[in-house]
Amino acid sequence: MRKLKLVMVGNGMAGVRTIEEILKIAPDMYDITVFGAEPHPNYNRILLSPVLAGEMTIQDIILNDLDWYKDNGINLQTGKKIVTIDRKKRKVIADDGTEAEYDRLLLATGSNPFILPIPGKDLPGVISYRDIADTDAMITTAATHKHAVVIGAGLLGLEAANGLAIRGMDVTIVHIGDWIMERQLDKMAGLMLQQALETKGMKFRLPAQTAELIAGESGRVAAVKFKDGETIPADLVVMAAGIRPNTELAEKAGLHCNRGIVVSDTLQTFDPRIYAVGECANHRGIAYGLVAPLFEQAKVCANHLAMFGIGRYQGSVTSTKLKVTGIDVFSAGDFSGGDGTEDIVLSDPGMGVYKRVVIKSDKIVGAVMYGDTVDGSWYFQMLKDAQDIHEIRDHLLFGKSNLGDAGHKGQNSAASLPDTAEVCGCNGVCKGVIVKSIKEKGLFTLEDVRKHTKASSSCGSCTGLVEQILASTIGGAYTPADSNSKAVCGCTDHSHGEVRAAIRDLHLLSIPAVMTAMDWKTPNGCASCRPALNYYLTSSWPHEAIDDPQSRFINERAHANIQKDGTYSVVPRMWGGLTTPNELRAIADAAEKYKVPTVKVTGGQRIDLLGVKKDDLPKMWDDLAKAGMVSGHAYGKSLRTVKTCVGAEHCRFGTQLSMEMGVKLEKMLFGMYSPHKVKLAVSGCPRNCAEAGIKDVGVIGVDSGYEIYVAGNGGIKTEVAEFFCKVKTDDEVMEYSGAFLQIYREEAYYLERTVHYVQRVGLDYVKAKVVEDAANRKALYERLLFTLQGYKDPWLERSASVGVAELKKPFEDLTV
Amino acid sequence: MSDWKKICALTDIPVLGSRVVKSEKHGDIAIFRNSSDEVFAVHDKCPHKGGPLSQGIVHGKQVTCPLHSWKIELDSGNAVAPDVGCTKSFAVKTEGGEVFLTI
Repeated sequence: MRKLKLVMVGNGMAGVRTIEEILKIAPDMYDITVFGAEPHPNYNRILLSPVLAGEMTIQDIILNDLDWYKDNGINLQTGKKIVTIDRKKRKVIADDGTEAEYDRLLLATGSNPFILPIPGKDLPGVISYRDIADTDAMITTAATHKHAVVIGAGLLGLEAANGLAIRGMDVTIVHIGDWIMERQLDKMAGLMLQQALETKGMKFRLPAQTAELIAGESGRVAAVKFKDGETIPADLVVMAAGIRPNTELAEKAGLHCNRGIVVSDTLQTFDPRIYAVGECANHRGIAYGLVAPLFEQAKVCANHLAMFGIGRYQGSVTSTKLKVTGIDVFSAGDFSGGDGTEDIVLSDPGMGVYKRVVIKSDKIVGAVMYGDTVDGSWYFQMLKDAQDIHEIRDHLLFGKSNLGDAGHKGQNSAASLPDTAEVCGCNGVCKGVIVKSIKEKGLFTLEDVRKHTKASSSCGSCTGLVEQILASTIGGAYTPADSNSKAVCGCTDHSHGEVRAAIRDLHLLSIPAVMTAMDWKTPNGCASCRPALNYYLTSSWPHEAIDDPQSRFINERAHANIQKDGTYSVVPRMWGGLTTPNELRAIADAAEKYKVPTVKVTGGQRIDLLGVKKDDLPKMWDDLAKAGMVSGHAYGKSLRTVKTCVGAEHCRFGTQLSMEMGVKLEKMLFGMYSPHKVKLAVSGCPRNCAEAGIKDVGVIGVDSGYEIYVAGNGGIKTEVAEFFCKVKTDDEVMEYSGAFLQIYREEAYYLERTVHYVQRVGLDYVKAKVVEDAANRKALYERLLFTLQGYKDPWLERSASVGVAELKKPFEDLTV
Repeated sequence: MSDWKKICALTDIPVLGSRVVKSEKHGDIAIFRNSSDEVFAVHDKCPHKGGPLSQGIVHGKQVTCPLHSWKIELDSGNAVAPDVGCTKSFAVKTEGGEVFLTI
């Protein structure tokens, strides 16, 4: 079959990303020709500022080198500017006469700087700031001349000014607005930023209008004259007063343009054979100038060019981050205020911190931050997700990490951190390593950074910080993914919510059935999606769906906890933390018999035998079973323990029989698998010695009954459990706790702890479903009990003497 | 050269699972079976921190190490980029439902 011809005009980031997406999904569909006016392959335009500031070189910012074009069979024509599109003959013609025919044409012509229409605008020494040539011109001028004037205090203007100041020039920034970056920052943040830049040696003139650029004796620009008549010396003038979509070619070809080439939600222009992406395109009235939306456009456009026909681009919410070393500023959304909006403001100019979140109908619509920007991504995420924030409103401004975050010394301003600061305490990754990887390897997403550096890939408590480092390195190019629509993993485009719904609605019963129904891209998934699918199946269709042991993490397959040297740990269950001399004797005997190197008391009130060889496990379980002990599930995404205090049985303060209550709960929930681990505690009085305030379900006895708290967490990040309800009887404790855990089991995403589930859906919602709706509570509770019916102790099933041969096999080694 | 040693029946290895072969000379060798009944053998030691690859989740022609989730190509023993490393692979074949290994 003859390949179709795809021609792309413009060799920039949006266009080349589109080509990359096409090559991923339909590598053999097109013969591709690319025309670029610049003599370079595709480079990371965002990083021109670090090049200007001397932090990087041009070579560092090349995204696709010439070999990439060659390896992918792309005919690259650099240094050729397309001047005509012949839509009838379906070909494009370059300024040197080169022609190329197309079946599909992709316009990615980018934008042009806006040049003020003032006398002197064409003088030597007057430039804009768009490409490598401009950057080179600034670097050369800085070496030989003294005075620079930058017109326009937007993102680009300030970055240009910063670079020129670092290169030793005396820089004045001229701006027409009342404060700098007025489209991205409010006045307060703008003033704080201006002061910070002034301490770096930059001067400001605002509000000021430029009237004329005056030539010197050599013919080169020598001074800038303002409307009020004053003049200041200028050997270099950088025009950074905005950009305009480059539509010249499209307009000449008769394509409908209106401040950009007008495109549909599929990035198609009014000529169906022609598509447009990037800064040249006008989508629903907006021409985006930041990279993140352009990448989203590229993905949708590629989907249609590859004839899949299912993507739809519906616009983007953008955020802004200034790339000036040592200065943290962030903004997102609409912060202009207006009817129905409210401001929550934290302002401490002395400490250099300013945060303002704009709220409308309990949702975040905008955010501006200066100084402490670590929560920028968090606000932005909630803004994009349109999350209801009324429950967290009282501590919203203190940020996501106000409490209990560990591992990076509570750092909260990414840009001012030194390169040597440890960001990820789990994997020992410091800031310098992250920044270097982002720049050298062209990383754009949190996932990329995790893969390449391992930072934030373990416990995740430094995620906010890593996101800010990413944002401050690549600027507005960074957008966090929508948490609700984020794909499960690289094997699919579907989100956790979509997968859950499909399993429920289509009554899917096995992993292959899900993968077929939802068009999985890999033959049998990966280590991320398979455990999730297995959980969704078995929790949606208990006793019906097939539980696949090969899709469970090793701990849930071996029913013990794998250790760093490949040995396992065994934790016998001690119901409610209670034990007997007989059980202790059995544990001691087993520890000696199997030469267990370490015996440790766990945080969940039981005993851990560490360092057991895998083939000893069935034998050890045999011995423990004979003493009446069962699996402690210290390893699974499952019920772990119910911690108890002594309670009214012995304690002089106790009001309720907490040990008995704990044992009853633990026996009820034995063998309960869940999206993540689940821990409970029961305290006999409000002194709360069982620490019920940091458990997934915490029960606290009072004289008149029990208070139930939910969604606490004592791990990576301490989260205090929230009051759920008060009940009178033990049976009610079982029913309310069970129903809460069941709604979590049915609705949470895999690996989402109760705290994150409740944060996502809102405590009010969960209360409405469990506390207020008695019929629904009873139905949830019954579904939980049905699921747990007939659960067999996994240890006994695999024990040496009475276990099932097939289940014991994985514990037996082969020999040669 | 053709020093093939019979190890086990193909059905002794679960689909998308593994078994461990103890060898005095070579240490533990992990034998994997994927969903198309292809069989692979690699040294049961992740190039990262020595994790037992046999205990990982098998997908396609790869296994994910249970310790820190490095992905290893089962046919070559190479780590999947951006991680870098390699574990030794061994020749393995199936014939008449039996698995043979040469070491």
